[in-house]
Formats: sequence, structure tokens, C-alpha cells
Amino acid sequence: MRCLLVEEEVHQFSNLVKALSGEDVSKCYQCGKCSAGCPIASEMEILPNRIIRLIQINSKDTVLSSSTIWLCASCETCFTRCPEEIDLVRVMDVLRRLSLEEGYRCPEEGILRFNRFFLASVKNYGRVHELGLMMKYNLASRQPFKDLGQGIALFRRGKIPLRPQRIKGMDQIKGIFAKSKPFLEREASGGGGR
Amino acid sequence: MARVGVFVCWCGSNIAGTVDIETVLEAARRIAEVVHVEDNKYTCSESGQQSIKKAIKEHDLDRVVVASCSPLMHEVTFRRCIESAGLNPYLLEMANLREHCSWVHRNRGEATDKAIKLIGMAVAKVRRLEPLIPIRMPVEKRALVLGGGIAGIQAALDISKAGYLVTLVERLPTIGGHMAQLDKTFPTLDCSACILTPKMGEVLHDENIELLTYSEVEEVRGWVGNFEVQIRKKARSVDMVKCTGCGECIEKCPLKLPSEWDLGLGLRKAIYRPFPQAVPGVPVIDREQCFVFTKGKEKCRACERACPADAIDFEQEDEVIKRRFGAIVVATGFSLFDEKAYGEYGGGQYKDVISALQFERMVNAAGPTGGHIIKPSNGREPRNVVFVQCVGSRDRAKGIPYCSKICCMYTAKQALLLKEHLPESQAYIFCIDIRAGGKNYEEFVNRVQSEYGAIYIRGRVSRIYERGDKLIVKGTDTLAGIPVEVEADLVVLATAIASQSDSPQLARILRIPYDEHGFFSEAHPKLRPVESVTRGIFLAGACQSPKDIPDSVATAGAAAVRVCELFASDELALEPAIALVDAERCSGCLNCLEVCPFEAIREERVDSRRVASVSESICQGCGTCAAVCRSEAITMKGFTSPQLYSQIAAPFEEILKELEVEMPSC
Repeated sequence: MRCLLVEEEVHQFSNLVKALSGEDVSKCYQCGKCSAGCPIASEMEILPNRIIRLIQINSKDTVLSSSTIWLCASCETCFTRCPEEIDLVRVMDVLRRLSLEEGYRCPEEGILRFNRFFLASVKNYGRVHELGLMMKYNLASRQPFKDLGQGIALFRRGKIPLRPQRIKGMDQIKGIFAKSKPFLEREASGGGGR
Repeated sequence: MARVGVFVCWCGSNIAGTVDIETVLEAARRIAEVVHVEDNKYTCSESGQQSIKKAIKEHDLDRVVVASCSPLMHEVTFRRCIESAGLNPYLLEMANLREHCSWVHRNRGEATDKAIKLIGMAVAKVRRLEPLIPIRMPVEKRALVLGGGIAGIQAALDISKAGYLVTLVERLPTIGGHMAQLDKTFPTLDCSACILTPKMGEVLHDENIELLTYSEVEEVRGWVGNFEVQIRKKARSVDMVKCTGCGECIEKCPLKLPSEWDLGLGLRKAIYRPFPQAVPGVPVIDREQCFVFTKGKEKCRACERACPADAIDFEQEDEVIKRRFGAIVVATGFSLFDEKAYGEYGGGQYKDVISALQFERMVNAAGPTGGHIIKPSNGREPRNVVFVQCVGSRDRAKGIPYCSKICCMYTAKQALLLKEHLPESQAYIFCIDIRAGGKNYEEFVNRVQSEYGAIYIRGRVSRIYERGDKLIVKGTDTLAGIPVEVEADLVVLATAIASQSDSPQLARILRIPYDEHGFFSEAHPKLRPVESVTRGIFLAGACQSPKDIPDSVATAGAAAVRVCELFASDELALEPAIALVDAERCSGCLNCLEVCPFEAIREERVDSRRVASVSESICQGCGTCAAVCRSEAITMKGFTSPQLYSQIAAPFEEILKELEVEMPSC
């Protein structure tokens, strides 16, 4: 039986989320409108409103090891409609970050891998090189021919360039990555185990 | 020959949507003695009423049938209407085409046919109606208010301020009621005593108000305008005139007993005031405990020796007071559900499981702990405090299907007070819903969560048990979908609001109806919310249904206005549609006396013969007496046998003709 533990301060997790995201989840009265509008809700094991509820009652492990926080597409439908104006997207962002920092196993490895290739591409060129990202991701996930047909169609119409194109203000991109370096390093050294 | 006008109402689409009005009008025109027929979209509207008045004048009508809704809805409206056109208001009959026809039928043809029959019946009766004149009675301009809680206090003050005399009767030795036990009040956190005690003082010093505490009503006779009431003023054993309220007697009393006012959390003496700010401040001797009464006349008498005013009077006897009142306001309040009924919550065996009212006494600075929140078991401060809502409420198995209305709010308030008194504490609140309908209520609950950190858990608690010096509260967080366990130091149960246990007895004394839960019934839930069905008796506060303080004060004010409305005229006009006994036909069996629910029938002697007689001012015209009368000596005015028989026969006129049965001519 999973139980609400009260050995530690019950607000510990919600306070942490509040400190990192600026969002006060105690305002949530569980109307469920966020989950009702979420385009990915049908894929989620734990619905977005329940994630908020679990934060309220300090169920940190359940939240940080859930797939919900990785499946969230940050489309902001929830935040746009929330009657209490809780920015769920910010909260989800913070939860993903905490999940990585504290070494929880990500149940959606594909998503994590995709995010890493995506960021690597942005780091190198200042924008995403779609062809490179697609190829890397598909090779790494051992499905090299997955998007081939679609890729060729897009390529023929000139929608995806063959070579990566570097943007002009690369120094600014470098600045952004430098700022987030401590987090990225921790993420790289952590990972797995929990 | 009568000249009857028939007015058929569409009630928008309510009637016209199901009943074919044209056909009905056609049929109505063919009825004998009907000289005018017309329809109207809304007959009750000002233009509809004008049209009736015009038709009465133009067609010289002497009787009117309005075919519209229930007489409960608009009989008074149309009576006034025809009266202003010069007709006797009782020469009106209503055919109920809405509740009795269009609303309950779908088939247009059948509904139309029924509508025609209903109008035929109404015409048959209206032709035989006779003019009635309202009965006039003088009014005794003194009000009786039962119950000295906030509702009774407010009603008494309001009536007094309008210039009328009031007698306020309270069962306990002090007025104040439950509100005097509370600490702070939601959602403004006004101190309860600070807003109540000035009103209590006002009652004491108001020259129009006679305050009878430690008193109970024993008997009520009579009727609106003239109730004769017998009140028993119990022996206080202290002379109210001599006593200065110094309290020396209380100091010297050697007996220490659990205090009812503090719900067992504190002690009182055998001579006591429930609380220091009691009104009146005169103490009372508990005759069931005091040594003088339990052990013998010469025992103890410490209070008597201590009293500098020589006010102690062990010989005092109950006093029976009789008074006449024109109106009665019932404000007898509520009691609390006994949490012992929940064995799964310990059934009263755990000291640290307390009721919300006990918590209220504890957090009150004038309470038994001086405002300190402690575990009753060991006097230590609690850290984790679990509040359990709906203990009794919304629990059909415990006989209370209704919501007690105030618990969500007072629990939120108590969680807030807990945090203010003990900043290190944590409140957990188990609830089914949070019902916070009221001005600034929802905002208050939100504040308790976001500013005071109370954790709400949606779900009923299944069990409470002891583990070491902690209490384990088991429940399910239905929002998170997980079972939960909270380790509590103190558990507070929000027990349901119930009616006073003896409310049915009081209802019988007053002859007012009450519901299956013992709450007194109002005459109409929306339009007459503070009137009982019995004329001249009004309801205020939680004796009618669970109410918070604002609602209690509001209903008290409303009841007071109703009383003043009665007192504003010197005479009362009473409904003339009542029973009349024909003494010559009466056999004197007095079955009617037995069945009358209003005790309106008394025995009389006419030429040395025993006969029944009806008190015109008490009779409510229910007709029960007429139904049991074997010699048909009782006539219901406005519902005489000839009137009713012809009404019943009307739809069968043709069949009766065919069968060659004579129409009852009466």
C-alpha cells in the first residue's frame, strides 16, 4: 500500500516546485479541466490534474518517475484554460528537470534521447538541422528507415536542407548553453540508478 | 340565474402548449349560465387582471372562473382582483389547467378534453358558491420568542425596536446559545463574544423585553392574535432581585462537576454560571448535585454563608407564568450529532478524538484551557491535527441524508485558528466536498489552503485507531487515487447539525408540523420561509434547518417583520372558509373533537343537549371534522356538500342522463 507519509514536512515537495517554477499548486481545486483539454491525456498513465494532486500531498517519487511529465508536449492548452491560472507547463518543466537531477529513471527513453539530439543540434548550429536530427534519432533507436518516405518527399520540395545551416548570432547561443552548463553537466554525470 | 365569466389562461406555453385553447373556449361558451368567455396569455399579469375587471363590469358578471394554475399559486391574486371590481372575493373558483392537466399530460386531444371537464366542474361549483365575509379578531400585541440563541435574541430585539412587547423564554440559565460557545466566526474572524455579548446585554436592559431564563413553555392554547401560553420558570434557588452577581457563592462551593457548557473539557461548581459573561449573571443551583438537595437540608450551605446579599434560597419553587401573546417566534436552535455512533472512529473511547464544538471551547480564550490547543490525554501541544468532516452528515446509514451546511466553513476556520495558535502544527482535512457557498466563503477556504497550508484530502475516513501515543487516521485520497494514512496527535470530528431531541414534543405543544429529522416545517420553502403552517407562529434560525450565523440573523429579522406585520393592525382578518356546526343536526358524538388537528372544536350545551362547536379563529378549514360527522351536521363554508357534489357530477352529466339517474340537485 502506498501511503501518504507525514514523517517529513507535507509541503516539502510543493514548496520545492514553487521555488523552482513560481507556481503555487495549493491553489488547484481539482476541477480537471487541464486533463480534459490535454491532447495527450489518453496516452498518460497519470493525468495532469492528478500530477498536481500528488505534488500537493508530497508524493514525490510517483510524480518524478511518471511518464506523464515526459509525454507533456508543452502545448499550454492546460495553462490557457486553468481557472486558477496555474502554469502547468512551467511545473512540468521543473518536474522533468528534478527527475533528471535526482536520477529518476525516465520511462520514456525515446523522448529523452530525442531531446538530447535536439539540443545538440541547437548547440552546434543555433537551430535544428532536421535531417541530421532525424537520422541520428532513427539510427540510435534502431529504426533507420522509419521516416524515409516522408523525408524524401520533404527534401524534394526543398523543405529540409541537406546541409546544416548555422545562424548568425552563434555567440548568443553559446551564452545560453554556458549559463545552463552546470545543469547539463549534472544531468550527464547523473542518470539512472533510482 | 348566475352570470359566470370564464377566463382561460395560456400561461405562455405552459398550458397552451398542450391544451388547445380555441376548443376549450368553444366548449366553455356552451356551458349553462356562462355569459362571457375569454383567453389571455398571462391572466395573472396586470393586463390580464384588468381584463377580468373590465369583463365583470361590461357583462355584469356575478361569479368568476379562472382556468389557469393551482389555487395555491394565484387564488389570492384573483380574489383580490374580483374584489376590486366589486364582487365578493369568495365568488371565485379556479380550474387548475396547469398542474392538474397540461403539465401531467402529453396527448393534446385528451388534455384538451380534460381541461374542458375541469372548467365544467369549476362552473358547476361556482354557480352554487355563496359570498363569505372574513372573521375579524382583536390582536394581543405581545410576542413570545422561544429560544435565546442568536436567532431568538435578534428576533426579540427587532420586535422590541418596532415598539412591541416581547417575552423571551430560554431553557438554559443564560441566553447566548451556541454562538456564545464559539471562538471566532467565519469568514471574517470576528470574535463571537465581541459581537454577541453586547446584544445579550441589550436584551437584558430593553424595557420592552421580558427575559425568562431557566424557563420552558408547557402549554399553548388559542390561536393567532390570542395565544394563551403557560411557562414554567424553574427554581433557580437564587433570588434574582437580591443577587448582585458577585460570584462569592461559586467560589465557596466545594463540588466540582464536569461543565456541560465546556462539553466535559472543564469543571463547574454545583452553584454556577455557564460562563462568566452569562446573561443574566445570576448563578443557578444544580439541584441534582448540590449537597443540600442530595444529602440533606443541614448539609454544606457554603454558598448561603458566602452570599453577602442573602440571595440564596433553597426553598424557592418553580413558578408557573400565564400570558397572552399575539404571535410566537420559534428559535429553539439545534443539537449536535453524537459521534459515539461511529465505532470506527473510536466511539468516544479515545481522549484525543474530540468534537468540533470541543475544539471551539478549547481555542476560545474564555474556555477551559484558556485558549490553548492541547491533547486532552496529556496536555501537550499537538503537531498533526486531522479534521474529519461529515461525521453524521450525508450519511444515510446514520439517518442523516442532509448536508449540515456549516461544517465545511467552521472546519476551514478551525484549521486557520490552529495554525495561528500553533505555527508548527499541520492541519489535514478529510472532506467529501468543500461546500463554501456564501459571501467570501470560497475565498476563505482558498486562503486556508494557500496561506495556512491546510491539506484537504477528498474522501471519508474509514477508521481511527491508536498506535502508541498517536492516532492513525486511515482514508483514501480519491483525487490521487491512493489510500492514505495520517499519523495524528489530535482528531477533530465535525459532527452533524441535528434538531433538538425534544423538538417533536414542542411541535405538538405549538401544533406546528416538523419534518422526518425533527426540524420545523415552513409554510412554503421559497415564498414563506419563516412562517410555520400554523398562523401566527414563525420560525427563526437552525430549528428549521442547519443555518450559519448570517442566515440565522436574517431569518430572525424576517420572522420579526412578520410579527410586526400582524401587530400593525388592531384586528386580524381570518379566512372564512371554515367549519360550521348545525347544532340542531349535531348528535353530540364529538368524533369531530377527537379528529380535529387544531383543537378547534369544543363541547357546548345547547338546550341542555351536548353539541360540538367550532372556534372560528382556530379552525383552519381542513375539513376532517366534516368527513367524520355521521349526521352531516358540519358544513365547510366554500366547500359545502351541494357545491362539491355538483362539481363532481359535472363531467358525468351526459352519462347520468343516459342512465336516467337524476343529477344531485342538493
